[in-house]
Amino acid sequence: MGRKLLLEHINVPGINTFDVYRSKGGYASVEKALKTLSPDDVVEEVKKSGLRGRGGAGFPTGMKWSFLAKPEGVPRYLVCNGDESEPGTFKDRYLMTHIPHLLIEGMIVASYALGAKTSYIYLRGEMMPQIRILERAIAEAKNAGFLGKNILGTGYDLELYVQPGGGAYICGEETALLESLEGKRGNPRIKPPFPAIAGLYGCPTVVNNVESIAAVVPIINEGGDEYAKIGIGRSTGTKLISAGGNLKRPGVYEIELGVSVEDFIYGDDYCQGIANGKRLKAVVAGGSSVPILPANLILKTINNENRLMSYESLSDGGFATGTMLGSGGFIAYDEDQCIVRNTWNFARFYHHESCGQCSPCREGTGWMEKVLHRLEYGHGKMSDMDLLVDVSKKIEGNTICPLGDAAAWPVASAIRHFRDEFEWHVTNPSVAVTSNYGLAHYADPLPKPEAAEA
Amino acid sequence: MKVTIDNISIEVEAGTTILNAARMIGGEIVPPAMCYYSKLQGSGGKCRTCLVKVSQGSEKDPRPMPKLVASCRTTVMDGMVVQNITSPEVIEARKGVVEMLLINHPLDCPVCDQAGECHLQDLGYEHGAAKTRYEFDRRTFDKIDIGDKIQLHMTRCILCYRCVFTADQITDHRIHGILNRGDHSEISTYIQKAVDNDFSGNVIDVCPVGALTDKTFRFKNRVWFTKPVEANRDCETEGCCGKVTLWYKGEDVIRVTGRKDEYGEVEEFICNTCRFDKKKTADWVIEGPRKVSNKSVISSNHYDTLKPLPVVKTNPALQEANKEQFERETRL
Repeated sequence: MGRKLLLEHINVPGINTFDVYRSKGGYASVEKALKTLSPDDVVEEVKKSGLRGRGGAGFPTGMKWSFLAKPEGVPRYLVCNGDESEPGTFKDRYLMTHIPHLLIEGMIVASYALGAKTSYIYLRGEMMPQIRILERAIAEAKNAGFLGKNILGTGYDLELYVQPGGGAYICGEETALLESLEGKRGNPRIKPPFPAIAGLYGCPTVVNNVESIAAVVPIINEGGDEYAKIGIGRSTGTKLISAGGNLKRPGVYEIELGVSVEDFIYGDDYCQGIANGKRLKAVVAGGSSVPILPANLILKTINNENRLMSYESLSDGGFATGTMLGSGGFIAYDEDQCIVRNTWNFARFYHHESCGQCSPCREGTGWMEKVLHRLEYGHGKMSDMDLLVDVSKKIEGNTICPLGDAAAWPVASAIRHFRDEFEWHVTNPSVAVTSNYGLAHYADPLPKPEAAEA
Repeated sequence: MKVTIDNISIEVEAGTTILNAARMIGGEIVPPAMCYYSKLQGSGGKCRTCLVKVSQGSEKDPRPMPKLVASCRTTVMDGMVVQNITSPEVIEARKGVVEMLLINHPLDCPVCDQAGECHLQDLGYEHGAAKTRYEFDRRTFDKIDIGDKIQLHMTRCILCYRCVFTADQITDHRIHGILNRGDHSEISTYIQKAVDNDFSGNVIDVCPVGALTDKTFRFKNRVWFTKPVEANRDCETEGCCGKVTLWYKGEDVIRVTGRKDEYGEVEEFICNTCRFDKKKTADWVIEGPRKVSNKSVISSNHYDTLKPLPVVKTNPALQEANKEQFERETRL
């Protein structure tokens, strides 16, 4: 089992309180950053660490920070994106519930680096317990002099606020989040201008995922270079993976990037294999919006190399045979799961969560949902698969925000890899409603021509 | 700044959008726009019909843009090369967008007052397929009266947000907005509150489809049977220009609208008094007939057919009634 940087003290009783957290070395990074480093030094350390955004897109955090415009006399904001609502992802909620002070510590350091005097933590409306936990933690930190005016006597002021959202998935998109934070309808903005130029209230803003901000703490404590040694290639550091589905031991794991997928699913330190002695059929590796892969392609890449839990290895093969690390929502499906039903379920989610701004996404998600519903309930046609692929192509890339892409990818990839199962639903409609297709050839060792050609 | 659209170059000012640059060139290469409205700040970017391909970002950075961009909200860079109708990718994507716009549209053009001046109709005619691949029930809503002069028929709406921007920017306070999300979102007022202010009628003019219609004109006539005449009056309402188009049926003014340019955008907004209450020729100073593009169906009745219809030739009563026209035919 690899090193833990974020969840090291997760099992210490009372770690959610300031005193216990402080006694375990908490808030050391705040002292180090505010007293010995300049804001630019902090940004430089984060750049050196190679930390990539943990929210899904994987954009280098240090780079994002250095893009922030710094005009005179205009406030800058740091916004923490805690709107985690991707089906399959629950790592941020876990982190905020159990070690809220880690996030607050990261927020202080990151705000200092960016020169923000006011920072916000935007949480999904359903996370009411976490909002209370964070607010209590903020009050504790403020009491101890880590927030408010003149932090630790360094002259740096910071106010931190927790803002609950209304519970819409779309508000996890950074510009929609900013709209929602401003009190408006959570519609994504058209970019450019990017938030780094004109974000919250028209001021330069950085929006970071909860985990990205928490990861700043070990980076400052140990130095960017040390952090960069963990992991593999350009995927540095550790990543929280929320493992769910038919696993023997699902839950939130902190892995060093570069663990092999096989090890992650079957290893004793991790998920310990598939529950009830069944076999693995498919995996969604990074939350519902990334392409789904059959068992054979998730364990090995198309070149028959071991697939690793890293940004590069998971996306090896592009969209034809690869997927994405995304936000780390790892969902495993055993042989008894129906991919058509799962795809319909995802499509239903995106239909429900589309904001309705761009016509392709507004109308297309609903269309895909209806066609998939028809397929799942045995009224499908052979032409439906091509129709779905075509509709998903018409949505993909033609929308303001990535929700359109996120809605299109699971459908397109499910048909690409599991076309047999979709066709079986059409040819055996009465059987398909009562039983399911089973494992078929989806776990056969590679190379398989149908997988290679797809 | 120099920008090249479909191999035609033009010099434009910095900050101009691709769409506006294309409109300066004019003609076939102008991307269609359903939600963008040059008079409304912040409009555009939503309908995705104006997607274009940027095959060269700028002189300095010649890389192409990775995705198709909404031309109404993308500003030009020096040396930018844009492909609109010359790119099959754009045509394909636009066809997709038109299909998406139409899958929940009722296609009730035969009974819709907007028919003949509807942008969606034009767009569907140009880019749409003859048949739909959508085999499910279309989304429907009940008709709502917002005030006594405007009717909202949400079923036809394409959610361009133009009327929301109008209410925001032209009228003194915002009265309606979007409720709900995704394909069940709808334009509505707060608990069906009446829209009541001097400029609310402009939402009818900005609506690209027949979702917001003038109740004083509803079902009175087809637009292509009416004759548009430009007129003006001294309007006391602050902010109203008093320059309008009167739509005549015979001697009667049956509708008053703002003057729309070739892209369907009003030149200046008019007040509700001009729009709804001044329907007598005596109220107006007539400027002359309005020029209508000969591509528009509205112009079809404004150039008399030289040859009378067959039914006229066989019916003596009709022949008598059309005597004048027969004389003209022989004269020509």
